[in-house]
Amino acid sequence: MYYREIKIQTQCHGKTPKDAASVRATHPIPAACGIYYFEVKIVSKGRDGYMGIGLSAQGVNMNRLPGWDKHSYGYHGDDGHSFCSSGTGQPYGPTFTTGDVIGCCVNLINNTCFYTKNGHSLGMEKLGLQTPGEVVDANFGQHPFVFDIEDYMREWRTKIQAQIDRFPIGDREGEWQTMIQKMVSSYLVHHGYCATAEAFARSTDQTVLEELASIKNRQRIQKLVLAGRMGEAIETTQQLYPSLLERNPNLLFALKVRQFIEMVNGTDSEVRCLGGHSPKSQDSYPVSPRSFSSPSMSPSHGMNIHNLATGKGSSTHFSGFESSCSNGVISNKAHQSYCHSKHTTTSLNVPELNNINVSRSQQVNSYTSNDVDMETDHYSNGVAETSSNGFLNGSSKHDHEMEECDTEMEVDSSQLRRQLCGGSQAAIERMIHFGRELQAMSEQLRRECGKNTANKKMLKDAFSLLAYSDPWSSPVGNQLDPIQREPVCSVLNSAILETHNLPKQPPLALAMGQASQCLGLMARSGIGSCAFATVEDYLH
Amino acid sequence: MKNAVIGNNKQKANLIVLGAVPRLLYLLQQETSSTELRTECAVVLGSLAMGTENNVKSLLDCHIIPALLQGLLSPDLKFIEACLRCLRTIFISPVTPEDLLYTDATVISHLMALLSRSRYTQEYICQIFSHCCKLQHWHSCGFKSLPQPLLCANGPDHQTILFNHGAVQNIAHLLVSTSYKVRMQALKCFSVLAFENPQVSMTLVNVSVDGELLPQIFVKMLQRDKPIEMQLTSAKCLTSMCRAGAIRTDDSCIVLKTLPCLVRMCSKERLLEERVEGAETLAYLIETDVELQRIASITDHLIVMLADYFKYPSSVSAITDIKRLDHDLKHAHELRQAAFKLYASLGANDEDIRKKIIETENMMDRIVNGLSESSIKVRLAAVRCLHSLSRSVQQLRTSFQDHAVWKPLMKVLQNAPNEILVVASSTLCNLLLEFSPSKEPILESGAIELLCSLTQSENLALRVNGIWALMNMAFQAEQKIKSDILRGLSTEQLFQLLSDSDVNVLMKTLGLLRNLLSTRPHIDHIMSTHGKQIMQAVTLILEGEHNIEVKEQTLCILANIADGTTAKELIMTNDDILQKIKYYMSHSNAKLQLAAMFCISNLIWNEEEGSQERQDKLRDMGIVDILHKLSQSSDPNLCDKAKTALQQYLA
Repeated sequence: MYYREIKIQTQCHGKTPKDAASVRATHPIPAACGIYYFEVKIVSKGRDGYMGIGLSAQGVNMNRLPGWDKHSYGYHGDDGHSFCSSGTGQPYGPTFTTGDVIGCCVNLINNTCFYTKNGHSLGMEKLGLQTPGEVVDANFGQHPFVFDIEDYMREWRTKIQAQIDRFPIGDREGEWQTMIQKMVSSYLVHHGYCATAEAFARSTDQTVLEELASIKNRQRIQKLVLAGRMGEAIETTQQLYPSLLERNPNLLFALKVRQFIEMVNGTDSEVRCLGGHSPKSQDSYPVSPRSFSSPSMSPSHGMNIHNLATGKGSSTHFSGFESSCSNGVISNKAHQSYCHSKHTTTSLNVPELNNINVSRSQQVNSYTSNDVDMETDHYSNGVAETSSNGFLNGSSKHDHEMEECDTEMEVDSSQLRRQLCGGSQAAIERMIHFGRELQAMSEQLRRECGKNTANKKMLKDAFSLLAYSDPWSSPVGNQLDPIQREPVCSVLNSAILETHNLPKQPPLALAMGQASQCLGLMARSGIGSCAFATVEDYLH
Repeated sequence: MKNAVIGNNKQKANLIVLGAVPRLLYLLQQETSSTELRTECAVVLGSLAMGTENNVKSLLDCHIIPALLQGLLSPDLKFIEACLRCLRTIFISPVTPEDLLYTDATVISHLMALLSRSRYTQEYICQIFSHCCKLQHWHSCGFKSLPQPLLCANGPDHQTILFNHGAVQNIAHLLVSTSYKVRMQALKCFSVLAFENPQVSMTLVNVSVDGELLPQIFVKMLQRDKPIEMQLTSAKCLTSMCRAGAIRTDDSCIVLKTLPCLVRMCSKERLLEERVEGAETLAYLIETDVELQRIASITDHLIVMLADYFKYPSSVSAITDIKRLDHDLKHAHELRQAAFKLYASLGANDEDIRKKIIETENMMDRIVNGLSESSIKVRLAAVRCLHSLSRSVQQLRTSFQDHAVWKPLMKVLQNAPNEILVVASSTLCNLLLEFSPSKEPILESGAIELLCSLTQSENLALRVNGIWALMNMAFQAEQKIKSDILRGLSTEQLFQLLSDSDVNVLMKTLGLLRNLLSTRPHIDHIMSTHGKQIMQAVTLILEGEHNIEVKEQTLCILANIADGTTAKELIMTNDDILQKIKYYMSHSNAKLQLAAMFCISNLIWNEEEGSQERQDKLRDMGIVDILHKLSQSSDPNLCDKAKTALQQYLA
């Protein structure tokens, strides 16, 4: 909106109007800005006072005053007329001369423009832009403005918001409310907030489409995934939905890759129990079969992981058995809230988050065959919420927000140092073994289903973790971030829901994604009103 | 009862007929009733008041107001709020006389004290105040040309009473209340308190709330994202303050905020009521400031925008929607008069603006039609508009003539209330100017008789305008017109006017005499018929206690008489007058000296018959000595004139 002060002097000596010289801004007005305004102060009207202020498209003859030619609009100082792509002007406003400040405002919402003189609006003109998105150029710009354009913008913001607020909704009685309630209910069900969903359904007199037990099962699996206990999650899934993973080998592979990552992290159940720390979680998962092979607990194996590490690996210290208890739990900032109160755009300013975003999107892409955009949006909503870069910085913070059955997860906030697989030698062995299995599975998958670059990359990224002595602060370390569990979790949840013939996305998230996409489309199509509406405005 | 009457006017009427009101009032007033019961009574009464105007009348007949005011003394807040709510509903009804609030002096101070109790008391009390503080001619916004005898007779007006009870201090902080309704009612209260009230306006400008001055708060309230009602009302507050001189007309809050806001209120997007109020307020704001008139005239094509005010009811509304037609019809008069008022203000001073107004589509036709409308308000506004435009010499010669504006104007003058007559006759004055082509037809349509009757009016403005118009009419007129004027006026009336207590009337009457006594044959003719009376009148004025301008004008009349052929003798034979002329030749005021010298010059002019005798007589009186003295004067005018006169003696 604001240009630095520009002073322009014409030096032509001709007398015919042909000799006019125009100055056009190099940057076009973006249609998505909604309202555009600039001002010009007439320092000297020159010999004849032929001056015009206005708008013109790229390519319009610069030797003529704006308004005379096609695709240009102008307000001329000598007669006060306004010219709309025509050699004959219409009486519009007063004349202007030396000392006057002339402004030009383009409203791309209703396709009008108006000029101002010394801060006074002179009245609206219809802009005959052929297509709404057509780009127009402004001649000059400077600030601060004499005309109170802020006030004008306020009015339009209010107008657009009122238009949204008053958008006519279903006219049949109660229909709208029922729809809203369904959206809320389905959202709660989707994410497995069964108690809330149940209470909500009861008080709004609705029926929940899914059985309560089914919701609870999904919730249990989700919690395991989000806690990083992938092995348990996979087993539970296999037990509750026997054919699901068989039919989705790619999903199973993705889950296993995640399990490998969690092993490196020291959070997966298999390595946790090896680390001497026996998770008490069995109690709350009585149905879950504990099929851990009993690995050797011997602390004497001093196998040095340094073999695998390159660079500054020596600093990593494996204290073995003694410390494994306290180190058994790595820090978590498990992000459980699915409140989509922030938008991708807001997070783009933070480079780290941006990266996360990108890599995460890739993961997602590799899992899903369609509706990629929507899913990406969905996940990225979650990303912006979190600001956990604790792992990248090498410090760990605990901000565990899990409820109910997760209380047994020991949260050690004093943990400052992370160790591979929780520091247990046995766990490391198990991890390496698991890695080999994974490699084998990958090869088998390729044989059966053909090449899958996404899978290949996923595996490569995961294995790359072992190339660093401190995987957490490595360039691929963001895989270890608990946030990265969310996409896996969501895909698994969606897959389960699909087997029940339920939507893999809650309608609420779809509606949000739809609204965001619409705004983006409006901006691309040059529909100016999108400048004054954001989805965030309606999420409190 | 409460549930039975809610939203049901028929039930309300039934209950009233059955005598529920006295019973409810009885229960409400009983000290022994529980507060819950008393509160419920007030609620039911409030509900009844929400009904038709007849309901309110019935409640008033049962003396509900004193009972409710009494209730305000209760310690119970809920009960107080119910009473206030009911009072509010009654006072906002047009059938309730505002004075009922002011019958007991303690009421206002008690209401002020209750302002701190709750947001409801704040809302209701502010609303009561703003409805009980109206000027009689509220809708004639800015054009209150007559004093308000009713209010003046009753001692201090409502604004002053409220002001004296600390209304400004008590209400100011409500402008920043968290409740929109309270903010809005407080704002309305100020717009009413400050209207045409310099005392309140001057106070408001210095009051601050939370470190912010009221004008700043008002400016925030007229931001474009605020509700229209709020924008409009704060613009009214700022307008009043500006007109009272509390805010300069070139202050940015007027030029860049209030004025543009009011122009926006005139746009098609606004409701008809808002457009009326916007135009009236704007008319008032710019009425006396040419710079504001110029800015308004270029803002958002206001002049063209106002033309839309005449398009109601539109042809579309008549066919499609009977409800809309009714709505349009109801507002059509208001819209037209508001537009006329605003045009009148816009064109008050600037010739270019007048031209732009007249060039607006069918403008003159609209004014002409407006002059004959049944609504007095529209007629008055149309005449004002015409008056404003009639100040243009060019328009008088062109569009006024093309549209024969004088015809409907003369018709308006035949039979109209004084407030219209004042403006219409004032317009007629302009139309009677010598260069105006309308002058002839106006004369032929019996204007002299009409104007002469105006000079006999009780109303001062009408007398001034009547005699003023006659004066304009007599300027360089033919003898017949002059005789007609003299005959129409009658000598008695002429003398009556010369002894009028108002100096303006006197000056214009002298001006008329001067215009009548011009060109020699006319002078001689008039002096031959009315010489005696005129000389008497002149003597009287020169002897009386009058200001310099009056005496100068009188001496000029004498100079004109001295220019006649036979009329000269009336002066020469009147020693008293000659002595007076001599006296003024030596007066301390140069203007009077000069005027007296004109008389002498005319009397002693050489080429005329009998000049020798007159010269001799005047020399004997010592005039020549004075002339010699004056020829030495430092005043070049006097000096020149004296020398010319002396030359007459030499020749």
